[in-house]
Amino acid sequence: MSAGTPPLSTPPKPQAKALNCPQCGAAITLRALGHAETVVCESCHSILDAKDPNLQILQKFEAVTGEVRPLIPLGTRGKLRGTDYEVIGFQRRSITVEGIRYSWHEYVLFNPYKAIRYLTEYNGHWNDISVCKELPVVQFAAANYLGEVYKHFQSSDATTNFVLGEFPWQVRVGEHAAVTEYVKPPRVLSAEKTADEVTWSLGEYMYGADIWKSFNLPGNPPEAVGVYENQPSPVSENVKGIWGAFLAFAIFLLVLMAGFDLASSKGTAFESTYSLNSGEPKGEASFVTQPFDLEGRTSNVEVATSANVSNSWIYLNYALINQDTGQAWDFGREVSYYYGSDSDGSWSEGSTKDSVVIPSVPAGHYYLRIEPEVDPKHPPISYSVQVKRDVPVLGFFGIAFFALLLPAIAITWRSISFERARWSESDHPPMQIGNTE
Amino acid sequence: MTQPVSNCPNCGAKIVFQWSSSVQTVCQYCKSILVRTDVDLKKVGQVADLPPDSSPIQLNTEGIYRNRAFVVGGRILYEYDQGGWNEWHFTMNDGTSGWLSDAQNEFAISFASNIPGLPAADQMKVGQQYTWNNQNYTVSAITPAHYRGVEGELPFQYWDKTDVTFADLRSQTGKFATLDFGDDQPALYLGEFVEFDDLKLKNLRSFEGW
Repeated sequence: MSAGTPPLSTPPKPQAKALNCPQCGAAITLRALGHAETVVCESCHSILDAKDPNLQILQKFEAVTGEVRPLIPLGTRGKLRGTDYEVIGFQRRSITVEGIRYSWHEYVLFNPYKAIRYLTEYNGHWNDISVCKELPVVQFAAANYLGEVYKHFQSSDATTNFVLGEFPWQVRVGEHAAVTEYVKPPRVLSAEKTADEVTWSLGEYMYGADIWKSFNLPGNPPEAVGVYENQPSPVSENVKGIWGAFLAFAIFLLVLMAGFDLASSKGTAFESTYSLNSGEPKGEASFVTQPFDLEGRTSNVEVATSANVSNSWIYLNYALINQDTGQAWDFGREVSYYYGSDSDGSWSEGSTKDSVVIPSVPAGHYYLRIEPEVDPKHPPISYSVQVKRDVPVLGFFGIAFFALLLPAIAITWRSISFERARWSESDHPPMQIGNTE
Repeated sequence: MTQPVSNCPNCGAKIVFQWSSSVQTVCQYCKSILVRTDVDLKKVGQVADLPPDSSPIQLNTEGIYRNRAFVVGGRILYEYDQGGWNEWHFTMNDGTSGWLSDAQNEFAISFASNIPGLPAADQMKVGQQYTWNNQNYTVSAITPAHYRGVEGELPFQYWDKTDVTFADLRSQTGKFATLDFGDDQPALYLGEFVEFDDLKLKNLRSFEGW
């Protein structure tokens, strides 16, 4: 021991007396013992100096907003990130934005060996908060902390409105701190500034259900309302994934399409042009074509029709008939094309071309039976029929493409909506794009 | 440290205060809430008793910092208007003297530095930046404090000190600096924040129920 240091005597036998609130007489309970600087009487809400055994009244306040009960009762123990903590203090703080007061609750978590932690709760959204050891770097509207960029969310003036239990520092109702918050979901970085001190802390979003489990609380946590500043988006994680999957599948489809396209023979099996003079045909006018061969494996057949219709129509009853077996595929196709102009400008409807694909046609000798139907007062019409064997069907690929594209768009849209909801509560609300609810 | 033992003033049953710094307990028999009245915080003109505090560190606590063993030999307890903190003095095997500060279980290790040209107390402002040993520091807190008590061995005399202003500085890399304006010349301590578990502390105080 260095000179002049008085020896520390062994502590005398402690003297005890029953402890009651000097204001209302209710029993006072201290939980964090030596760590407590302030204790609040649970009955009359007097703030008492926990260090003073006489519990001198430091400050008394009116609980003007009515009773606020901690959702986690003081004295509750739970395990958070592997460490046991006891809830020893509770306070309500608020900020006022555009005349509206927003309140949240803070719980002080105590472990005799570990740094104090805090839980905050706002509208059913929870955060697990600890003090930063490293100093974040603020640049423009962002803060850089441990290599990660947090976007500025809100700057506000936080006021303490209500306190209960014990605190590791001297807490007073009415205390102010300038709070600046930066978010990178699921984390939030906040700076609390008073005249003498700047304290940075890091919060991580927690779900009420996890808090309830950690602290073994009865019942259910309050439902989370709205989107909180650092709430992880339930869909944002999926956005990249689904677009990645979409891209991979689209490439796969393209390769598949190219493969089918190369494998298809696309040979023209039959082609012919017919004409109908004005007024023809009269009555039943079916005819059969020259026979043609469909070769190769059982595959599809495309029947393409084109007609020089102009503000008119032609309807063709087709039958593709197997000369050897008599098997027939009946189908009717209409080719119609109308155009003109009205007060809205020019318009057109229909097309001079039509095409249909008949699936699973075996090889063999075939012919077509064709029966045209036309308007009795039609102008002369010329139409041609083309039969192609084994054409690639791209429509199927289109359907698969959109089947993938739609969920990707839906998830992206949900993600954007979630982020808009998040930032609408910030100092940087997103611009209004049309109707958002 | 031993657990203080007394008798319930209500029913006479034996009362054990769970921590040496306990100021309150509940009688297990009659359920009276009991408070200690012998912790006098208002002694003036002398070194005060150590007020109830519950640092897990105690004299002879051993630990390891950067692969070097240290033993805690003394402490200063400071108090300011918002609470208090401990500066535990430790020595390493080679005689190096350092400080383990414990502010509400936020631990930092620092060593005295002899860098010249330090700023004066009235020049310090929160947010100001300084560079020492090529390391940038930002002032995070300015704390007028006073000595609340001492224990064990310390590397200097403390008698003439009562009120003292501290400036705490932090860095982007977890470094820590503190300026002690208690003497004519400011004293600078440089170090870093440390994790409790990383110090591998032994001979810690035990807390019943934890």
